[in-house]
Amino acid sequence: MNHWFKSGTPWIWLNAGAVAASLVMVFGLILMIAVNGLSFFWPSEVIEFEYQTEQDSEPRRVMGELQRSETMTAQAMRDAGFTVPEGQDIVVRHLIKRGNRDLDSRDFQWYLDDFMSEWERPRDVVVLERLQWGDFYGYIREYQEDGETVAEGGEARTAFEERMPQTRELVQQIERIERIEIGRVNFELERLRIAQRGVERAEELSLEERGQRQEELDAEREELDARYAELEAERNALRDELGRFAIVLETADGEHATIPLSRIVNAWWPNDMSVPAKLRHYVVAFWDFMTGYPREANTEGGILPAIFGTVLMVILMSIVVTPFGVLAAIYLREYAKQGPLVRTIRISVNNLAGVPSIVFGVFGLGFFVYLIGGNIDQIFFRDALPSPTFGSPAIIWASLTLALLTLPVVIVSTEEGLTRIGASIRHGSLALGATKAETLWRLIVPLSAPAMMTGLILAVARAAGEVAPLMLVGVVKLAPTLPLDGNFPYLHLDRAFMHLGFHIFDVGFQSPNVEAGRPLVYATALVLVMLIIVLNLTAISIRNYLREKYRADSD
Amino acid sequence: MSSLSATSTLGRFQRWRRTKDRTARYTIGFFGVAVVGALTLMFVYLASETLPMFQGATLEPRTEYAAPGGADTQTIHLAVNRHREMAVRLTEDRRALFFRPYSGDIVKEESLPIPEDVQVTSFSAAEPRTRLVAAGLDNGQVLAIEYEYNERFSPEGRLYNPSLVYPLGDEDSALLDVDDDGRAISVVGIQRGSSGIRVAAATEDGNLVLVRFEERTSMMTGETEVRRSAYDLPSLPDGATPTRILLDITGRHMLVGDDQGQLHFFDINNPSRASLVDSKRVIRGDDAEVTSLEYLLGTVSIIVGGSDGTVAQYMLVRDDDNVNRITRVRDFPSHAGPIRNTQPEYIRKGFLTADDRGEVKIHYSTSQRTLIERQITDQPLHRVYVDPRNRLLIGIDDHETWHLQDLSNPHPEVSFHVLWQKVWYEGRSGGDYVWQSSSATDEFEPKFSLVPLTIGTIKAAFYAMLFATPLAIMGAIYSAYFMSRRMRSITKPSIELMEALPTVILGFLAGLWLAPFIEANLPAIASILILMPLGMLVAAFLWTRALPESLRNLVPAGWEAAILIPVILAIGWFSVSMSPLIEVWMFSGDARQWLTDQGITYDQRNALVIGIAMGFAVIPTIYSISEDAVFNVPKHLTQGSLALGATPWQTVVRVVLLTASPGIFSAVMIGFGRAVGETMIVLMATGNSPVVNFNIFEGMRTLSANIAVEMPEAAVGSTHFRILFLAALVLFALTFAVNTVAEIVRQRLRQKYSSL
Repeated sequence: MNHWFKSGTPWIWLNAGAVAASLVMVFGLILMIAVNGLSFFWPSEVIEFEYQTEQDSEPRRVMGELQRSETMTAQAMRDAGFTVPEGQDIVVRHLIKRGNRDLDSRDFQWYLDDFMSEWERPRDVVVLERLQWGDFYGYIREYQEDGETVAEGGEARTAFEERMPQTRELVQQIERIERIEIGRVNFELERLRIAQRGVERAEELSLEERGQRQEELDAEREELDARYAELEAERNALRDELGRFAIVLETADGEHATIPLSRIVNAWWPNDMSVPAKLRHYVVAFWDFMTGYPREANTEGGILPAIFGTVLMVILMSIVVTPFGVLAAIYLREYAKQGPLVRTIRISVNNLAGVPSIVFGVFGLGFFVYLIGGNIDQIFFRDALPSPTFGSPAIIWASLTLALLTLPVVIVSTEEGLTRIGASIRHGSLALGATKAETLWRLIVPLSAPAMMTGLILAVARAAGEVAPLMLVGVVKLAPTLPLDGNFPYLHLDRAFMHLGFHIFDVGFQSPNVEAGRPLVYATALVLVMLIIVLNLTAISIRNYLREKYRADSD
Repeated sequence: MSSLSATSTLGRFQRWRRTKDRTARYTIGFFGVAVVGALTLMFVYLASETLPMFQGATLEPRTEYAAPGGADTQTIHLAVNRHREMAVRLTEDRRALFFRPYSGDIVKEESLPIPEDVQVTSFSAAEPRTRLVAAGLDNGQVLAIEYEYNERFSPEGRLYNPSLVYPLGDEDSALLDVDDDGRAISVVGIQRGSSGIRVAAATEDGNLVLVRFEERTSMMTGETEVRRSAYDLPSLPDGATPTRILLDITGRHMLVGDDQGQLHFFDINNPSRASLVDSKRVIRGDDAEVTSLEYLLGTVSIIVGGSDGTVAQYMLVRDDDNVNRITRVRDFPSHAGPIRNTQPEYIRKGFLTADDRGEVKIHYSTSQRTLIERQITDQPLHRVYVDPRNRLLIGIDDHETWHLQDLSNPHPEVSFHVLWQKVWYEGRSGGDYVWQSSSATDEFEPKFSLVPLTIGTIKAAFYAMLFATPLAIMGAIYSAYFMSRRMRSITKPSIELMEALPTVILGFLAGLWLAPFIEANLPAIASILILMPLGMLVAAFLWTRALPESLRNLVPAGWEAAILIPVILAIGWFSVSMSPLIEVWMFSGDARQWLTDQGITYDQRNALVIGIAMGFAVIPTIYSISEDAVFNVPKHLTQGSLALGATPWQTVVRVVLLTASPGIFSAVMIGFGRAVGETMIVLMATGNSPVVNFNIFEGMRTLSANIAVEMPEAAVGSTHFRILFLAALVLFALTFAVNTVAEIVRQRLRQKYSSL
């Protein structure tokens, strides 16, 4: 034994253990996010049971989905205010998602295993995903049209299922009118309002000219108001049509609730679904999540604006950071002579990589938003003042800030690519009479393009996951409009945007109902992690491919 | 001809190529240098935002004029509105003059509603922002009035229609009966609180009276009814004569100054049982007198000015018996002559003092700074005033000549002392490090100590490094020196992936999953810490000693880490499932309660959670740099060591680690830099409470998280805003230093390797 210790083997094994522990943590974390994120869309079983503690005289019927179970000590549960059977040290508790937030505010509740009756899985339990108040669990009892009961019992379910697709279509139509058409009218009205202020302030114009402009604006506004009224009427007609249908449901404890079909997003019978049906539901739910708009303080619905904002911000950032980083790297590798200047640049690159991201945020807020944005407003958007146009956090400032943040990534990666290009290629080109610029443009840049690509991908991955600086320079929890839409000039660089990473922070930590938002946070985290893993693996494989290629060339 | 043209075409082409080449050179050179420019710009910009805080104040003479409305009568009160466009002067001959402050042009004149035959015997003003003043009369009445500027916006600018108003109804009710016996009011004090107006007075024979006027709006009629209640207070001891009465805005405290340099504290929370709680001489010189006594904003601190020129701040501080005592908190630079007047600022805890020799000083209480000391005239000053935004100072000398000075005093709250040392704040019993930047009330004293934030930052980084450094360095040694090439090709990218994981995800898992998990499974964490190394050693022993050769050979050398993965999983699972049992067995069923019983505060989101989560984020940084350092140790050194008969482990400890130590050092430095600046994890997984301790079971607030939390709410250009910039600058400078040192060490190492 002593000899074994002297040989140093145990220490080597301990070191191996450190690696193993790190690996377990990485893969455990990714697995955990994957499992939690993916299971969000799976129509899990709804269980029903009776619950009676020692203090209750009557058992209560409880219905819902099992979120998770924990083993706790009885003492800890007693300290937390639960009644626990006497003489028991360990208890198992289950978190049940009971939904029905409109009827009972406690939509997530812990239940002790000891007081539960046998779990039942009634086949005709329906789960309704609603526009408001979250999910509903219950039994369909009646189907109503115009307030009259048309079908009951099993027929009600059939009638409801037949009606749902049409309802969905109507809901989507209303949404289109509200989001796109009315949005456009509002955008135009806002433009007019600013133009109006411009006319009022334009002192160089004569009274007549002003009057003329004013008339033009008035005419335009009238037209828009008419259009608005028209759209509103159209929407209200659709709403009235929608409002005709409703279902009556019964909850586990026998309460009745009438829910109009217009409030229902989706409905399913989880205990009555085959695996293929569940799979289909899964795919549809996932698609809705990726392409939908958020609802209920972001804790439900989709993440389309967040995905959209992240992607657009990253694209804008790439447009800035790629030329900057690539040219800086070319300077370092191809032009600069070793000396204090190059050393200073290298120290700067290293420090840009090491400065905390929040410092970039502070700099971006002060320099880009308040200084540059504020001055742009003063010069170009005087009419809109005091409400800022570019002088408030916006996607353009976020992109610029992150471009600065990711600059070292592009530089380091491009430089590595440039290093790998043999001197013989440069010498050959120069010997044939090409200028340095031509050599660069025709040979070096194309050859090192994959390295630049790697750098760019890594920069994108870094930017997509960064949140702290964005909180200061442009991200909001809920953006009413996307930064890219059908209204001239289409790309609105002055708008704030939503971001996947910030979405996670917001829903997980700032929403009033953390438990309700938790699955959505996991799902969003999964999307973000997948995006970043894919980007990184792509970058790594391009890099490895390049290394192999140049190794082969030099042999 | 054609060849000539061809030559010239060629020549032009060559020139064009040269131009392009040169343009490319300069463009590329520009971008190369622009990197340095970007970093410099960041530094310069951050610094430029913080510099104004340390620049102090300026005072420039503006103009002088004889008092508006006549220099032959004394000014008893003066106030300027916040736009410095309208001002009011109350004079001894019972007039109120509204005038333009910069020119002295009178806009309106009103006379105070005091009967002809009644003399004004005393005067006092409530907090400046209430615009409420009181004059004591010789018939036992007190006149309470307010002035209003009544500003309106119009395209041509602001319009004013100033007037006097009466706080308790119409003009007839302006005269309040204070002393029922009709004795002359020799000293008067007035204050407006949430429930109404309080007036305290000393009659000419030294009796103290307190009168409350409570306004009640009737629910039925909407009419306001004023209820008056009067109370007699105990007289001052030793036959002292009151000279000044101060009432606070909460309606609980009354302070009375006397002619013997003493200050007396009355508890008037319940006026019918008001009592004298404490008396103290507040001036140090033996024959000195108190010449000025004034509350600061919020009516907590009292500024005492003496005939010997001393200026000191007093507060009511609770002693060990929980009794409020008049306590000297800090001193300010003395004047050369007797203090004639003290004037508090409207919205901050600053104040002005003026003396008999024409000197004005501007002080700030919290930061104990004196920003301006200036002789503005050679005549004695009997009053000094400042406008609500601290831009205009008016000194009035004994000949009623007004000296107007432009003042710029934007950031008196900040000093090195405030940021980094203990400060005695209002309402506390001693100096302390506190960060509390804002509150709901206007009279709040901002507390800008960076110490709790810096301690929090160091605490978070310390626990993260405690977790990450051993794991990362050991892992780096193993994968650079012992691991098989194939396993290394899996391990390295995996750990690089670990680095790429967004910290917002780590923070969210730490806050929403890890923190509750640890809280529920505290014993599991302890047992993992103990069992994990033990289990690994046992597994190693079994594998190398107890297993038959044939089985052992199935796994080649360099795959030990892979063998240990199931061991780790098993130990982890075992520890977690044993946790409740251990809890029942050792901690009487609730480990958290047990900790609390031991006197250890336990927060769910604590430094332990941060250590693990941020450690996770830092591991890959340290790992990959130290792995490079270990891997690049020249092979002939290790081979030489092995050839001389050293075991692989001896080679690692004596040769490899020694050679690579600068590289590992720089890895740790860079990891530390990352831990210091990390924002999202600490933001999400700590309670963000700025505490000053190193308890692993309590949270903290770091500089970076503080910026993220407060920056969006800070008013642009305010002191708070600039202090957040300062915090960013501190972070910048800290990481700059750490990174530069690490980089220099690394470059040295590279040179050393190349020479080996």
